[in-house]
Amino acid sequence: MSIAPTEVAQPLLSEEVDRPWITIVWNDPINLMSYVTYVFMTYFKYDRAKAELLMLDVHERGKAVVSNGTREEMERDVTALHAYGLWATLQKDD
Amino acid sequence: MSTGFQRTVTGRIVLRIDDMEKTVLVSLAEQMIAFVAPTESAESAESIDPLAVIVGIDEIAETPSDPALARMFPAAYRDDDEAAGDFRRFTERDLRAGKVANASSVASCLEGSGSKLVLTADEALCWLGFLNDARIAIGIRLEVTEENHDELAELPEGDPRAGLFDVYDWLTFLQDSLVKLHLPAD
Repeated sequence: MSIAPTEVAQPLLSEEVDRPWITIVWNDPINLMSYVTYVFMTYFKYDRAKAELLMLDVHERGKAVVSNGTREEMERDVTALHAYGLWATLQKDD
Repeated sequence: MSTGFQRTVTGRIVLRIDDMEKTVLVSLAEQMIAFVAPTESAESAESIDPLAVIVGIDEIAETPSDPALARMFPAAYRDDDEAAGDFRRFTERDLRAGKVANASSVASCLEGSGSKLVLTADEALCWLGFLNDARIAIGIRLEVTEENHDELAELPEGDPRAGLFDVYDWLTFLQDSLVKLHLPAD
C-alpha cells in the first residue's frame, strides 16, 4: 500500500457554496476492503492512493465523505453506491 | 476447492469449480432472484399505476423489515424519513432489478458451462455484484461482525450456522479473487 498524504485537497470557498451536499459511506463488517477500494476507483475514478485512504477512513473511523456536489449529484452517487452494495447516505454539508 | 477467479494469458476470466460448488452457486443465485425481486402482492396489482412501473416509481416503498434487505436497500437519508421515502420510491425498483439481473447472469453462466467457466467482461461484473449481494445476505443472517470471524470459523459441526459460514467464507475468497482481477494496477 502506498503512503498517501493524509490531507485531501480542500475545495475553494466559492466551490463550497455551490457544493453543499455530501455523500457518506458507512462502515459495515461484510464488504471487503479490496471491494470498497475497487468501487471508489471504478465509480469515482479516484486513484488508488485516494481510494485506499477513503476506504481506511470508512473502516477505521466508521464513515467517510466520498463526494460532494449538488443534491441531485449526490443522489446519483448514492444510487450508484447502493447498486454496488455499499451503505451510503447523503446529507447537507453543515 | 476451487482456486478462485483467474485471468488467462489471453485476458479472459476463468473460474474452475466442481459439481458441488456449482450446485451451491446455482442455488444461491436462484434464492437471490427470489429474495430481491420487486414485491407485488396480488391484491394491490390492479391499483398499481402501470406508467409508474414503466418509469420505475413505486407507489409505496418502505424500509424492508428483513435486516438483509434493509442493508441491501438502505435509507439514503438518515435524518429525513420523507426524503428517504421519496428516494426509495424512485430508486429501489431499479436497484432490485439490477440485483436480479446480476444473479440471473450468474445462473445462466453456471447452467451453460461445465466445470470451467469463461466469463465475458460484462458477466464478470455481474458476478462481482452477485457475490457481494450473496455475502451481505448470508453475513447479515450470521450476524458477522469485525470481531466474531474467528468465533464463527470455529463453530462445531453440529451448529446450524457452521455450514453457512463455510459458504460465506468461500464466497469471500471468490469475491476477493475477482476484485483483485479488476483493481487497476496503479
